[in-house]
Amino acid sequence: MRTSSLAEDIPPSGIRKYFELAEEEDDVISLGVGEPDFSAPWTARRAAIDSLEAGKTSYTTNRGKRELREAISEHVTRYGHEYDPDSEILVTTGVSEGVDVAMRALVNPGEKVAIADPSYLSYGPTAELAGGEPLPVPTSADEEFRLTYDALERAGADEASLLVLCYPNNPTGATMDERHLREVADFCREHDLRVLSDEVYAALTYGGEHDSIATLPGMRERTVVFNGFSKAYAMTGLRLGYAMGPSDAIDAMNRIHQYVMLSAPTTAQYAAIEALESCDDQVEEMTAAYNRRRNFVLSRFEEMGVECFEAKGAFYVFPECPTDDAERFAEELVQEEGVAVVPGKVFGEAGEGHLRVSYASGMDELREALDRFERHVNRITA
Amino acid sequence: MPGPFPYSGMDDDRRELLALLAEDARQSTADLARQTGMDEDAVEDAVDALEAEGVIRGYQAVVDWEAVDEERVEANVELNVELDRETSYEDIAGRIAKFPEVETLKLVSGDYDFALEVAGESMRQVSFFVSERIAPIPEVTQTVTHYVMTTYKDRGIEFREGDDDDRLSVSP
Repeated sequence: MRTSSLAEDIPPSGIRKYFELAEEEDDVISLGVGEPDFSAPWTARRAAIDSLEAGKTSYTTNRGKRELREAISEHVTRYGHEYDPDSEILVTTGVSEGVDVAMRALVNPGEKVAIADPSYLSYGPTAELAGGEPLPVPTSADEEFRLTYDALERAGADEASLLVLCYPNNPTGATMDERHLREVADFCREHDLRVLSDEVYAALTYGGEHDSIATLPGMRERTVVFNGFSKAYAMTGLRLGYAMGPSDAIDAMNRIHQYVMLSAPTTAQYAAIEALESCDDQVEEMTAAYNRRRNFVLSRFEEMGVECFEAKGAFYVFPECPTDDAERFAEELVQEEGVAVVPGKVFGEAGEGHLRVSYASGMDELREALDRFERHVNRITA
Repeated sequence: MPGPFPYSGMDDDRRELLALLAEDARQSTADLARQTGMDEDAVEDAVDALEAEGVIRGYQAVVDWEAVDEERVEANVELNVELDRETSYEDIAGRIAKFPEVETLKLVSGDYDFALEVAGESMRQVSFFVSERIAPIPEVTQTVTHYVMTTYKDRGIEFREGDDDDRLSVSP
């Protein structure tokens, strides 16, 4: 069938190749996975099952069940947020949908959308689908992949109308605390940028609190914050997220959401209400487990002499590739040792020369995978 | 080999080590060090201290005996006792705990006093043990024995086939 030029122009996802390579091999341990190895807490799953048994299979209101929006409004106070459940929160089908409708609701054709680089894959394509022009803002290992005032200036982000940031970051695991966010906020106010802040990994911040740019002076009115249940509550497949922002932005997003999605999945909303009400302990346990694995992986890389900054968020570390060609390294690592990782460049030019290593796997797998990684490094650098 | 990350306070380290060992007691000292950011000597010292202080009382495998070709019968036994001026719960527990057949012994609230887990090679052997060794203890007024028919979960570990990891091998 004839397809649109819009669809034709979407570049293929760079991750596909590495998925196919991993699928070709037997006995692969994957450190290339972008989702938790845990299952959603049992009480949340139980709430979803109960809702199905009770026949709760109809739509919800466009913005999501009010009970859920109230629970979200209460929950996010821990990050210093205050959002009105009636007018400032939109429940979406994952953060992915939230980002898509935000791009469409906030970007005019031809406007530049500055995106911290490297970042999760969807921001560029969704900006383009909205008629915007993605403008990568390179971050670097020297700055531990934080976004800086200088980097924004160098990239010409003053001409952008919107800035997308994702901290804790996928793929680097980088975090930004208030001190670092302040200069980004200064830049946004000075150059009148609005902000999409994807904070889906907020709960997975180690050794400190998560800070949100929206809580800095003068930022709430120009920021839409995204969060969701996929990472913290291990509910990726239930597809549930939310957006919070000024009511005019949320209204505009809802006008699009009502036609493209109508409402987020009802079953998932029941699970999410329960997750917010009763699953803090499990999130804490999962976070503690991730933190131990993070320490383990960072220690192993240090023992191998592989350069890796101390990533303090999400479930990724972002070591420098021990060889010049990270794409080739990743390819050979999966073919020869059966360990899958993703080259950093897949997530943007600034990821070049690095590898995204996910530690969302059990300790036994991590142990074995890093032994294999070490063997591979020793072989090719001998 | 020193770990790369600073850690704070002995208490946090000890708690962290306990959490790790309670989850998997077979981990090497090196792996415990890597996960906690302590150095290996510090891990050794802390574990030694935990053992010496009686915080860690032992390390055992969680065995699914049904998967082993061996006769083994387990029973939960409820025990009521009557105390007198000279005898405390502790005294009675001290006597009962000596029997190797008694695998766990706990003082509990509710309808009875002690909850025991007893194991033996046959129902006859376990019954004999309860009636001939436990029941005759002067302070014991009543025993109720529940034979275990099947075990689904023990010490946090479920006894069933593990769930396959059905995540995509590589995802964004």
